[in-house]
Amino acid sequence: MPLKHLFARLAFSLLTALLPAAALAQTTILNVSYDVSRELYKDINPAFIADWKAKSGETVTVNQSHGGSSKQALSVTAGLDADVVTMNQAPDVDILVERGGYVAADWRKRFPHGATPYTTTTVFLVRKGNPKGIKDWDDLTRAGLQVIVPNPKTSGNGRYTYLAAWGFALQKSKDEAAARDFVTKLFANVPVLDGGGRGATTTFTQRDVGDVLVTFENEALAIGTELGADKFEIVYPSLSIEAAPPVAVVEKVVDKKGSRKIATAYLEFLFSPQGQEIIGKHAFRPRDEKVLQKFPGRFPAIKTFTVEEALGGWADVQAKHFADGAIYDQIIVKR
Amino acid sequence: MAVASTRKVLPGFGLSLGFTLAYLSLVVLVPLSAVFLKTASLTLDAFWQAVAAPRVVASYKLTFGASLLAAAINTVFGLMLAWSLVRYTFPGKRIVDALVDLPFALPTAVAGIALTALYAKNGWLGQYLEPLGIKVAFTPLGVLVALVFIGLPFVVRTVQPVLEDLDTEIEEAAASLGAGRWQTVMRVVLPTLVPALLTGFALAFARAVGEYGSVIFIAGNLPMVSEITPLIIITKLEQYDYAGATAVASVMLVASFVLLLIINGLQSWTDRRAARAS
Amino acid sequence: MAAIATTGALHSGAARFEANTATRDPQWVKGVVLALSLGFFATFLLLPLVAVFVEAFRRGWAVYIAALVEPDAVSAIRLTLLTAAIAVPLNLVFGIAAAWAITKFDFRGKQLLITFIDLPFSVSPVIAGLIYMLVFGAQGWLGPWLSEHDIKVIFAVPGIVLATIFVTFPFVARELIPLMQTQGRDEEEAALVLGASGWQMFRKVTLPNIKWAVLYGVILCNARAMGEFGAVSVVSGHIRGQTNTMPLHVEILYNEYQFAAAFAVASLLALLALVTLVIKAYVEWKAPALHNQIEAP
Repeated sequence: MPLKHLFARLAFSLLTALLPAAALAQTTILNVSYDVSRELYKDINPAFIADWKAKSGETVTVNQSHGGSSKQALSVTAGLDADVVTMNQAPDVDILVERGGYVAADWRKRFPHGATPYTTTTVFLVRKGNPKGIKDWDDLTRAGLQVIVPNPKTSGNGRYTYLAAWGFALQKSKDEAAARDFVTKLFANVPVLDGGGRGATTTFTQRDVGDVLVTFENEALAIGTELGADKFEIVYPSLSIEAAPPVAVVEKVVDKKGSRKIATAYLEFLFSPQGQEIIGKHAFRPRDEKVLQKFPGRFPAIKTFTVEEALGGWADVQAKHFADGAIYDQIIVKR
Repeated sequence: MAVASTRKVLPGFGLSLGFTLAYLSLVVLVPLSAVFLKTASLTLDAFWQAVAAPRVVASYKLTFGASLLAAAINTVFGLMLAWSLVRYTFPGKRIVDALVDLPFALPTAVAGIALTALYAKNGWLGQYLEPLGIKVAFTPLGVLVALVFIGLPFVVRTVQPVLEDLDTEIEEAAASLGAGRWQTVMRVVLPTLVPALLTGFALAFARAVGEYGSVIFIAGNLPMVSEITPLIIITKLEQYDYAGATAVASVMLVASFVLLLIINGLQSWTDRRAARAS
Repeated sequence: MAAIATTGALHSGAARFEANTATRDPQWVKGVVLALSLGFFATFLLLPLVAVFVEAFRRGWAVYIAALVEPDAVSAIRLTLLTAAIAVPLNLVFGIAAAWAITKFDFRGKQLLITFIDLPFSVSPVIAGLIYMLVFGAQGWLGPWLSEHDIKVIFAVPGIVLATIFVTFPFVARELIPLMQTQGRDEEEAALVLGASGWQMFRKVTLPNIKWAVLYGVILCNARAMGEFGAVSVVSGHIRGQTNTMPLHVEILYNEYQFAAAFAVASLLALLALVTLVIKAYVEWKAPALHNQIEAP
């Protein structure tokens, strides 16, 4: 766009910024989401809006709020009026059931695949050429290595990393104490604990801190596209955890606002072929097999376990590891 | 001169005082009291656990330690800067003088990202410092740099007026009595600046202790190492641990009040000294 | 109460010191002190300022402008302006009222009142946000009542405005009080004796006397209101296009790899800071009577 036009647009925008915002005569829904899903919803939302307009003639606005997933979930209980929540781990939705009944207790049954439109997993991102020769979880506990992980207390991304490491160690040694030791060593190598996955990415890629970034696969793949595949490479560990980001409608809010139909349709859109394709484009593993075929070679096969299978389910994990004063709190202080 | 009497000559006392008290209470006093009331609902044990946890104590050490050091650095260099601005002519002085106030006017978040851009490993200055082994970003050193930035104007602006108003008679007298320049400055001029220096130091210190926006971009968030106390409050808030957040906040508030009283005391000392000197 | 330093008597002052043999420093001393202080100034103050603009234009004008006309950025600018437009006038009225009560009358507890007015300055911005969460949040004192009546304060614009009012609370009062104290009550009393009504006296005698201090206080208040980060971050909810002010928007852009865009928005704020400084210098030039006053923390 010619500079002249840009200047004109800027002047106009600033002028209109001084006028009171016009009352919106259309429906607005708020999607409260986690940190590294930002780009996904930037594409999903316009597609959904167009789709909904075509189907019902109604114009809808979708607002987004992003941050560390646990922080976001708790914000909803503190009054952030989300119509839908799109988190990255089940506990963050369960907490909305427990604390105030924001979400229905049977939320898993409301949408296909246990209300998870896609999966992703935890991988390693290293500098090009893999100078430190990082191949698997064991390498992360090497003395002197610097590992970047977001804070498990505020970020689901960080929590999955912790659990993946625990699960790996457990599977290898079959011993709880050894697993705890392993995770302690890993977190002893973490110099910075950012509040969310995106913060960790910035630390690793922009600020050049750390030898390896442990994050969701979609984030690692996106870094390749955004920041140049010539600077980083992805390493898939021998075993990792399957992260199944759940979605749910926030009952209290949609009933108050009368937006249930749109909110439900919005989440259903994520499971539609169009939605699944956008999901695949953003480096998440879509549930839809047919759509998955459209991305050959993009998603390498990787051996994963789920929290339910290997670690006894989320409720147990929460109590054992992430409650106040539980295992994570203990190991982080001892570093 | 009119003596204070019970009859008010000027109008508007009731209105202005009433409005003042109401606004003050609603906006400041009542909300602030919420912190103490919430903290009071904790048992002594729970309170102690929250404010004396090793991680929190480490943050006090960093916050107060770095603030002290930053204020000290600002005192030394602020004095030099004020001296230059008052006593020397040099090109660009007007601009330097106006820019000294930049940390007051610049949003803390802008300062934060700018400082990070400068001192990160691939930053303007960081790229030269890191090979020398000096890591600034994500270390307590980075916190120190940010706090020096935001405290810079305080000492300069407290010392400047005192220096300006200083009667040259004293120095002339000292010179005529045969004192060398160094002696004169050290034993005649500097002592008169001590109240202003202390005031500036205290102001810079108080500001640094509570600072958040310019520090979080450059700090490492590492518990026990590079985590400042305001960040601990935020982290607890993000986990909706209201009790813990308010407990730590009340500790900070008490420290702030004490500092405020000290500063007010120092400022009246400075004003009285200045009144006597001029 | 404290005061603001002025550039007013600066330049004639320095020449006078350098001309006087008793107050002149040796050349080499001047050289060393200047080098150290200007070096310090350049490193810690000038460099960050320059960095903001250089980084903003790193990807060229087109990216710079695009970052500013983008809808979320425009919303952020609008919200920042709106917040300042509410917070500043409110604190202005308060500042004038408080200064009037404190300087024109005698009453007990005056010093305590002044200390209370100073409180927001010594409180960390994070705590400023926290206290409003405690009062208006869903689990706070008024939470249930607000929820019943469907009034949103936290995670909405009113919360942001409140937090901003708190952190900029004392600015105007702090500038007016020392000045009005020095000015005394004589002029107002004379006006009354001559038959002016209360409001007439205020408009024609008081206001003209304090207009520069008012302007001073207002621009400082405004700069802080537009730039507040910590307090607003706590109560905002970070809803794109709705509850993000410019500083928060800068943080978001920064977190999404859009560094040039983040610095572009930041540069707008930096420009605002520079304009504030220019106006400040102008006021000091115009009103040397605003002399010997120190900024607030």
